[in-house]
Amino acid sequence: MPLLALQRVHVHYGLIEALKGVSLTVEQGEIVTLLGANGAGKTSTLRAISGLVRPSAGRILLHDIDLTHRKPHEIVQFGVGHVPEGRRIFPRLSVEENLRLGAFTIRDRAELARRQEYVFTLFPRLAERRKQPGGTLSGGEQQMLAIGRALMMQPRILLLDEPSMGLAPVLVESIFEVLQRLNRDGTTILLVEQNARMALDIAHRGYVLETGQIVLSGSARDLANDPRVQAAYLGAA
Amino acid sequence: MTIAAPQRLTGGRRIDISQLIVWGIGGLLLTIVFLGSILTLRAGHYSAAQWRDFIVFGIAQGAIYALIALGYTMVYGVLRMINFAHGEVFMSGAMTTFFLADYLNRSGFLKSHPWVSLIAMLLFSGLVSMTVAVLVERIAYRPLRGAPRLVPLITAVGASFFLQYTFRGLFGSGVRAYPAIPVLQGKLWVFQKTQIAVFVGVLITLVLLVLFLQRTRAGLAIRAVAEDREAAALMGVDVDRAIVTTFAVGGFMAGIAGVLYALVFIQVQFFMGFLPGIKAFTAAVLGGIGNLPGAAVGGLVLGVIESIGPSLFFDGYGIRAAHQLKDVIAFTILVLILIFRPTGLLGERLGGEERL
Ligand SMILES: Nc1ncnc2c1ncn2[C@@H]1O[C@H](COP(=O)(O)OP(=O)(O)O)[C@@H](O)[C@H]1O
Ligand SMILES: [Mg+2]
Repeated sequence: MPLLALQRVHVHYGLIEALKGVSLTVEQGEIVTLLGANGAGKTSTLRAISGLVRPSAGRILLHDIDLTHRKPHEIVQFGVGHVPEGRRIFPRLSVEENLRLGAFTIRDRAELARRQEYVFTLFPRLAERRKQPGGTLSGGEQQMLAIGRALMMQPRILLLDEPSMGLAPVLVESIFEVLQRLNRDGTTILLVEQNARMALDIAHRGYVLETGQIVLSGSARDLANDPRVQAAYLGAA
Repeated sequence: MTIAAPQRLTGGRRIDISQLIVWGIGGLLLTIVFLGSILTLRAGHYSAAQWRDFIVFGIAQGAIYALIALGYTMVYGVLRMINFAHGEVFMSGAMTTFFLADYLNRSGFLKSHPWVSLIAMLLFSGLVSMTVAVLVERIAYRPLRGAPRLVPLITAVGASFFLQYTFRGLFGSGVRAYPAIPVLQGKLWVFQKTQIAVFVGVLITLVLLVLFLQRTRAGLAIRAVAEDREAAALMGVDVDRAIVTTFAVGGFMAGIAGVLYALVFIQVQFFMGFLPGIKAFTAAVLGGIGNLPGAAVGGLVLGVIESIGPSLFFDGYGIRAAHQLKDVIAFTILVLILIFRPTGLLGERLGGEERL
C-alpha cells in the first residue's frame, strides 16, 4: 500500500477545473517529483492533499487514512508536512516562533527543544538568527525556515512547492542536498518543481502534469531521457 | 486584451478638484483648531488645575476606549473585518452586571466586601460579554466566512440591533443607576478614586493580554492566524478556534470596560454601547487598525482630545457649552484619519492581507 495515493482527484475554482482527475502514488521512502508548466495544477494538487482546497471528486489516502474531507489542521497531525509556494513564513514572528508553530500540537518542551536543535543542525544559519523576525531573513534563509518549520512535526511525507523559486543556483543546490539527506534518513518527499533538471536529479520517480491532467509518469531516469520532457522542461532542442 | 487602461483621476501630477477641496477642508479645520486654542489660552478662563482635571478625565475615558478598541483591532487582525456589534458586546456586560451590582448592594455585601464585589462584577461582566461575543461570531459571522466582505458587515449591524432590542425588551429602555462602590468615593490627590480604579483595571488587563498573546499557545495561534491564516492552518492551528478565541478575549475586555465605564458614568442603558463603540472604533483606526499598541495609544489620544478639545479648541470663540461638541470632535477625527492617513498614527501593521 503506497504511503500517499490520489485517486482521480478533481479540483474546481468556481467554473475553472484546475485538476481533472489526477491519480498518483508515493511509496514510503521515495522522492517523487511532480513537474509541469505554470498553471498546470501542481500547487492545486498539494493544496488538495493538505486540505486547503476541497476536491470536488476523488479520494486522497495517507496509507489507510482517508484525508479527503479533513481540515488542514487535522491533516498535518496525520503526518503531512507542507512547505507552501512562496514559503509563507510568518514575517513578524521570530525564527523560533516560526519553528514553534511548525510543531504547534506538541506540548512537551523537551521534545520541542530536541526537534528545534535538529532543525538547527540541518540549517545552522537559522540558529544564528533565532531571535530575528522571519521577515528579515534572506530568501534562502526563509526557504530553510519554511522547510525546518515543516520538519518540526516530523512528517511522514513532506510536500514541497517549488522550493527553488527565486533562489540563486548555489542555494538551490544546498537545499536539494538537504532534501536528499532527509530522504536518506527516512522522510518521504513529494517535490513540485519547474526546475525539472534538478528535480529529476534527486527524484526516484516523477509525474508530468499538463492543464490538470497527468500526461506522463515513470522513473526519473526514463523521464529525463524522454524527448517530450526534454523538449518541454529540460530546454533541449 | 487591448482595452486602454483607464485614466487614474488622481494620477500623475494632475491634482483634481475633489482632492483640493479635501485638503482645503483639512487645512481650514486645522486653522480653526489652532486659532481657537490660542484664543482660549489667551483668554485664560481655565486654571491649570482645570486643564489637569480635563487631562486626567481624558486618560480615564481613553483607557476605557483602549480596552474596547483592542477588541476591534484583534478581530480585524484575524478576520480583516470590523465587528460592528462590539459596542453591544460592551453594553451586554455592563447592563447584565447592573443586576449583580444591584443585588450585591441590596444585600449589603457591596458595603461589607467592596473589593470582592468589584472583582466579581468585573469578572461577571467579562464573562457575559465574552459569551455574547462568541455567540455573535458563531451565529452572525462564521456561517458567512467565505462571503463577500460587505455581507458580514450587514449581519454585524443586524446583530447590533438584535442585542440592543433584546436588552431593551428584557430590561426596558430606562436608564439604571449603578450603585456606588463605597471605597471608590472621593478623591485621592488630584484623581477621583474611580479614575484610579479605571487606570489600574485597564493596566492589569493590558498586561494579562500581552502575556496571553506572547506566552501561551493560544496566543501564538492568534498571532499566526493574524499574519497568514492558511499558513497557520498548515501548522496544525485550528483556525476557527483561534478566531473564536479572539472574539472571546476581545469580548472579555469589552466586559471589563463596561463595568469601568459604569463606575465613571454611574448609569447604564440599552443604547449605551453605541457611542463608546464608535469612539473605540475611531481609536482603533487612529492607532492603525490591526495594530495592538496602536489601539491602546489611539484610545488614550482620543480620550484626551475629547476631554480637552471642546474647551481648548472652541472656548476661545465664545461658544457656549462647548463640551457638547466632544462627539463632533471624535467623528471629525475619524473622517480626517480615514481621508488623510488611513493607516493610522502608528502605521498599519498587517501581514499578508492579499492572502485572504
Ligand atoms: N484561487 C484560485 N482561484 C481561481 N483559479 C485558480 C486559483 N488557484 C489556481 N487557479 C487556477 O488553477 C489552475 C492551476 O493553478 P496552480 O495549481 O496554481 O498551478 P501551478 O502550481 O502548476 O502553477 C490555473 O489555471 C490557475 O489559474
Ligand atoms: Mg504553483
